[in-house]
Order: sequence, then structure tokens, then C-alpha cells
Amino acid sequence: MKKIIYAASCLLLIAAMLICASSCGTKSNDVINVFNWGEYIDSSLIPEFEKETGIHVNYSTAPTCEEMYAKIRNGGVNYDIVVPSDYMVSRMIEEGMLEKIDFDNVPNFKYVDESFRNPEYDPENEYSVPYQWGTVGVVYNKDIVDENESDIGSWDLLWNQKYSKQILMFDNSRDAIGIALKKMGKSYNVTSEDDIRAAAQLLIDEKPLVQAYVQDQIFDKIEGEEAAIAPCYAGDYFLMCEELGEGSEEKLGFFTPEEGSNLYVDAMCIPAGSQNKEGAEKFINFICDPKNMAVNTEYIYYSTAESAARDLLPDGMKHSSVMYPSGNELNQFETFTNLPVNCRRLYDKLWIKIMSA
Amino acid sequence: MKTTKAAAYPYVLWLILFTAIPMLIVFYYAFTNEAGSFTLMNFKDMADYSIVFFNSFRLAIISTLICLVLGYPMAYAMSKLGRRGRTAAMIMIMVPMWMNFLLRTYAWLTILENNGLLNAFLSAVHMPELHIINTPAAVGIGMVYNYLPFMILPIYNSLEAIDNSLIEAARDMGCSSSQVFTKVVLPLSIPGTVSGIIMVFIPAVSTFVISKILGGGASILIGDLIEMQFLGGTYDANMGAAISLVMMVIITLFTMITNKIDKDNDEGSVLMS
Repeated sequence: MKKIIYAASCLLLIAAMLICASSCGTKSNDVINVFNWGEYIDSSLIPEFEKETGIHVNYSTAPTCEEMYAKIRNGGVNYDIVVPSDYMVSRMIEEGMLEKIDFDNVPNFKYVDESFRNPEYDPENEYSVPYQWGTVGVVYNKDIVDENESDIGSWDLLWNQKYSKQILMFDNSRDAIGIALKKMGKSYNVTSEDDIRAAAQLLIDEKPLVQAYVQDQIFDKIEGEEAAIAPCYAGDYFLMCEELGEGSEEKLGFFTPEEGSNLYVDAMCIPAGSQNKEGAEKFINFICDPKNMAVNTEYIYYSTAESAARDLLPDGMKHSSVMYPSGNELNQFETFTNLPVNCRRLYDKLWIKIMSA
Repeated sequence: MKTTKAAAYPYVLWLILFTAIPMLIVFYYAFTNEAGSFTLMNFKDMADYSIVFFNSFRLAIISTLICLVLGYPMAYAMSKLGRRGRTAAMIMIMVPMWMNFLLRTYAWLTILENNGLLNAFLSAVHMPELHIINTPAAVGIGMVYNYLPFMILPIYNSLEAIDNSLIEAARDMGCSSSQVFTKVVLPLSIPGTVSGIIMVFIPAVSTFVISKILGGGASILIGDLIEMQFLGGTYDANMGAAISLVMMVIITLFTMITNKIDKDNDEGSVLMS
């Protein structure tokens, strides 16, 4: 008798799991699952969207682009909106992981600036709508780095012996090897094995000078004066200055290296297999509304691709040359594109070599 | 008897769903390539990463030894305390473990940083500053701190279980204090010590968060390597599975060897010698 009860309870358990799985699969039309980075939306926007459309939002976050990709590749998850970066958008398009957006349902796309349409990563602009963008530069502590230092203005500052152990570096292969490639005067997107290997060698040479390989901790370490020089997103520099308050620009310097740097775009996309594509398009349209885009941009501290939204930002942000480089300056930036798989493998291998050097 | 057997069914089901099936998936991935056909390339390619294996094992062995050297005397001292003392000591060891592991590791970041608490203290007492953060030493400290309780508790349990009359008997037979320890206490505490070593070594060899936070990301350990296969530039689940499989084999071998030492010791136990 007992046995039967246990067998029955086991069956019940399985049944419960199956029911849950199937009910999670056949979502009704009034729910969308949004998958974004942490701290990457003004949280007031979600209830507002829900009120406006009656669509419930399940919001979840991932720490990195690669983690989001792995989660979707592993399967078993259902998202209606993801926000990959440029190179990841093109990789996901190539691998058939994205759904074409019906732009008739996204009238607010008209606010997206011409320069952000038909980007290299989505040439026909069928799969993505820009969410936020930004640039990479170098932040340095003026108390420690000599004002007349000739390396200011160049990636060479990250290789300057004088500031040994005061230097931070990005902790992922694409960004770090990319910086070395730029220092060599190459493109971020070169596929020549010799160039990539030479860039990796530069990073091995740099390693004794580097205090730590970090990403999000750059913030704390520069603000807390643990380190003096780091590659840094323009928006993060702007935010650091705000946090440190008056006179912080006397203390923290920022420049875009003359060799050129990275401009990244994070874009909203609909992953293949979305259960509520229409709801997802409504969400994209909602975010693209300049009013909402401005609220969001003010919270995130990156840059918006809509001039109409930029006009609604506070003056400090709107006119910041750090966050909105002018037309001429924009030429020195390059966007990452997806590298062929053999290059990505090489990047991973070289990164391990650098890290265990 | 029948009922007790039946009571295990839910767990057996759990075991099948969340241990056996995932293990089979790991096996499958490790021996296939992206296209799904059989290959041994994953294992051959792993040779490139031998330095990572070497670094991880070295750090794990060092941390385990430090835990043993610190943990055994602590466990021994605890077992000699009165009932209240034992409870107090136990609470002191357990309380930090109630806090989140990441939080505890970040706390060490604050202590060991160049402008951190340790250096603030050292400069206040006019001592030279130490540069520990972002070195393997910092990772070692983080591991020892986090895993020390797993060494102390099993050793303490085995020491506490020693029948006091055995010690008294040894004394009556004319053993000196050190002889009592080496002939009676030490052999009887071997099982606890072995579990302590296993419980410290296994998480230490596969850690990846500690090396990231305290090591400045400047040295990759096996855990980081596996993570990279999934979250790096290439999504290589097959390689990730292969490395995990090798790790499992190594850890199984390690556990078998240590258990063997334990068993051999049992055969030549106290009363026989």
C-alpha cells in the first residue's frame, strides 16, 4: 500500500513538473518575457508599459552578452525580448536565432537617427532596434598621472611602465585584445592570425603592469583610488564624475585614444521562438517613444540613438561631448562585428595564454 | 523494511532526474563535436590548457595543506574544551558560514586591497605595506578562509568520538603524552581528517569566483576555464563537458586514493599495534 502511495506521489511530482513546463510554454498573449542586462532599465517604465498595454512583463537579467547567448543556446527558456550588443546581434542573425521584426508595429522607429539605421551588424535593419549606445575611452586619475604625460591621448598610457600596478584592463578577450589591436593601428575586426597573436603578445607584455583584469569593478577601483588608469565606458566616466561631485573633473580625466576606439550599440531583438511577438513589438515601440527613451537614458547614463529623446535629457547629459561626440570625432570609432568561429577560438586560446602567462 | 525502502523513492527519482541524466548528457557532449558525431578531439585539445590544470591543482593542494595545518590543532583544542566551550567554538566557526559566500569573499577584497583595511592598519603602526591583492596568495587566503570550517568540523567530530577510556588505557600502559597522540588519537582521527581533506580540496580545485574577485582575474583556474567554454567568445559546450569530465575523473581518483589510505589505516588500527 505504502509503495503505491509513494509511486503515486512520484507520478504526481512528474505531472506537476510537466504541467508547469507546458503552461509556461503556451503563454497567453498578455505576457512578455524580457531578458536584459542588470541595471539596464529605469524600473518605472515596466509598470507604465503594463498599464498602457495590459501586457504583463516578466523581467530577468544576465550579467554579460555571452551569458545571455549561452542561456538561449542551451534552450529551455523562452524570451520575447533580448538586448544583445552589436557583434552578438550579427552572430545571432547568422545562427538563425532572431526573428524579423515587423516594423509596421514599431511606428516609433521613425525617431531612431539615420546614422543608427542599417548598421553593419544588421545591414537591412530587419532584426534590431537600438536600445543604448556608447563609446570606450580611458579614465585616469590626475593626481597620479602626470599632466604632461605624453601618453595621455593614446592607448599607450595602459602600457606605461611608470604606472605599473596602477593600471586596470578589461577582463574579456574581445575587449582586451581589441585594445591591443587598436594600439597597433589595426581594426577591431581583423581576422589575420598574425595580427591577433601580436596583439595577444602586447597584452602579455602589459601583464606585469596590470593590477587587475576587471569589468564592473573598474568603477569602485577608480573611485576608491585603488587604481589610476583604466579603459572605461564614456557613460560610466560621466556617472563616476556625478557620484564624486563638484570638482571631480579636476581629478578624473577621460580621453578617447587617438588610435581609435570602440562604439558599441546594444539593440532590442526578438529571439526565434518568441511566444508573443506582437507583445514584444509593442514593448520595442514603447521604449522607442522619445519620452520613455529619455527617462531610460537618464537612468542608464549611456547614450540614446534618438535625437528627439536626447533633447529631453538634462542639460549636462545632453551637451556632454563625452557622451555625444560630434560628427567629426565619431569617425575614430569602430564597431565590433562578429568574428568567424576560428578567430573566436583563437581569441579564447590566446586569452588563456595571457591569463596564465 | 519495505516502507523504509519505499521512502527512498522520491530521492531516487531526484537522483535520476538531476544526477544521472545530467551526467549522461555531460558524457555525451564530451565525446561528440558540435555536429554531434563521435570525437576525442576535445580531450586532445585540452593539452593546451595543461598550465591551467597545473595552477589549479597547485593552489588547491597548498590551500588544503594550510587548512589541515590550521584546522587540525583547532579541532584538537576544541575537543579538549568543556561542553560550553565546545558550543561557543562551534558557533564561532559556523556563524561566518551563515553569510553569503560572495559577501565573505568581497569582504576580503576590502581587507586586502592596496588602500584596504590591512594596509591602513600597517601604515598606522608604521609597518611597510603589503601588496597581496590580485596575487595567487590572495586567492589562497580566500580559499583557506572559506573552506577552513569544512576541515575543522569533520576532524573535530572524529576526535570527539574517541572513547576517553582508550586514552586512559594508553596512559596506564605507560604512554607519554606524545605517544598517546601519535599512537591513539592521530590514527583514530584519520577518517575525519580524510573527509576534511576531501571536503576542502574538491571545492578548492574547482573554484572560480574567488580567483576572479581576489586574484584580479589575472590567473585562470579550471573553474574559470570551464566557465569560459560557455561564456567566452566561443560557445563550446563539448569542450566544457570534456573538461568537466576530466575533473570528475581526477576527483574520483583522488577520493578513492584518500579513502584507501583511510582503510589501510583501519586495518592496522590502534588495538593491533
